[in-house]
Amino acid sequence: MHRFANPARFLRLASAILPWSSALSALLIAAGLYFALFHSPADYQQGETVRIMYVHVPSAWLAMACYSTMALSSAVALIWKHPLADLVAKAASPIGAAFTFLCLVSGSLWGRPMWGTWWAWDARLTSMLILFFLYLGHMALINAFDDPSRGAKAAAILALAGFVNIPIIKFSVDWWNTLHQPASVSKFGMPSIDPAMLLPLLLMALGFTCFFVTVLLIRVRTEIIASKLRAIRMTQIHAVPVAVPVAE
Amino acid sequence: MDALANYLHMGGYARFVWPAYGLAALVVGGLLLASLRGLKARERELKALQDSVPGRRGRSRAAADTGQDQ
Amino acid sequence: MTRKQRRLYFVILGMLALGAATALVLTAVGDGMVYFYTPRDLRTRHISPDRRVRIGGLVKQGSVVRDGKTVHFVITDLTADLKTTYTGVLPDLFREGQGVVAEGKVDGNGVFQASEVLAKHDEKYMPKDVAEALKKSGHWQGETPQK
Repeated sequence: MHRFANPARFLRLASAILPWSSALSALLIAAGLYFALFHSPADYQQGETVRIMYVHVPSAWLAMACYSTMALSSAVALIWKHPLADLVAKAASPIGAAFTFLCLVSGSLWGRPMWGTWWAWDARLTSMLILFFLYLGHMALINAFDDPSRGAKAAAILALAGFVNIPIIKFSVDWWNTLHQPASVSKFGMPSIDPAMLLPLLLMALGFTCFFVTVLLIRVRTEIIASKLRAIRMTQIHAVPVAVPVAE
Repeated sequence: MDALANYLHMGGYARFVWPAYGLAALVVGGLLLASLRGLKARERELKALQDSVPGRRGRSRAAADTGQDQ
Repeated sequence: MTRKQRRLYFVILGMLALGAATALVLTAVGDGMVYFYTPRDLRTRHISPDRRVRIGGLVKQGSVVRDGKTVHFVITDLTADLKTTYTGVLPDLFREGQGVVAEGKVDGNGVFQASEVLAKHDEKYMPKDVAEALKKSGHWQGETPQK
């Protein structure tokens, strides 16, 4: 763990991964779009609207995966005080907010023609909306303090506390009566989705995952430079008048 | 031509399917662009800061490097 | 115990406590988290007749009768049935054998007067020809009944 917490080593690792993850995400999303829009059948009940699934479901998965990443790195930051873990959490929340937003709006666009409503306050939709607010709260809290380390700590606690929402989102459709249907793809048993529709779904999901990795690495790199900037400015403010004569 | 119009029509659901994909493109593209611009801006800032204090350039580099190795 | 270990246990304990508290709250709220009742719940739970409720189930096969803009149909959960009347635009997925959630009140004659009808679909996705082939070969499992 400590090996990756070293920013210089992380930057080298990031530069090695970035070309691959970005190329792979472009490739997978392009293939996913081809199958999603041109080479997959309409649904026997839902007709062409089923194509909305290929952006809605992957964005929902990524919204939750991103939150798990954020909560995990927040725990690492709180317990082991790795400086990099705070930066990962800070870099992750805008990405998660974007995926959650995409999930909510695409779901709304799917719900209107099929269910007959843009929105319903059922357990699945409501818990997903809470996830969106958790992301926004995290982004706001992290910048709410003059001292960045205090902001990071408060945001990490919020991220950990909000993690209880993740199993609620996942199991809401099993625990309560909801308008939203249960999961089609689960670990146990055959997915109740035709292979011709599963293919674009999985391609898009993998493409989104690679895209998430790519953007996360870019944002963490940005945060590392930003903290470097802060450090230099601090030394300039505090050390320059005293340190210059000593150094020369 | 008819085939294309028929395809774009999406079985009558064009006004739901296409906005969903359009928004996906906007969100994914926007996130990538915003992240890249943020990175470029920070990199420029760092370069400007290091160039603005020529006499201390080596030192601030050194300070930044030790900052990395903590 | 080092400080790292202490922080680790603190975080684990905090998460456990928070999880337990959430589980308790969710069990206590219970019914409040439910989006709709089933026709069976309506009988067994003594829901007051003046209350607006949402009732979910399947549209019973052969029960849909259209009368201009008004539709009469029966919502069933396979153990209990509820006669329903609705006037207005129905969602595209509304059809016999499909899931439905209706909001409204039970009138004096025991008929559910719905002011809003939403369609609910199951988690199965397949192309039309596959669905037809399954029906022909007798492997069709039908619509999954609602819980």
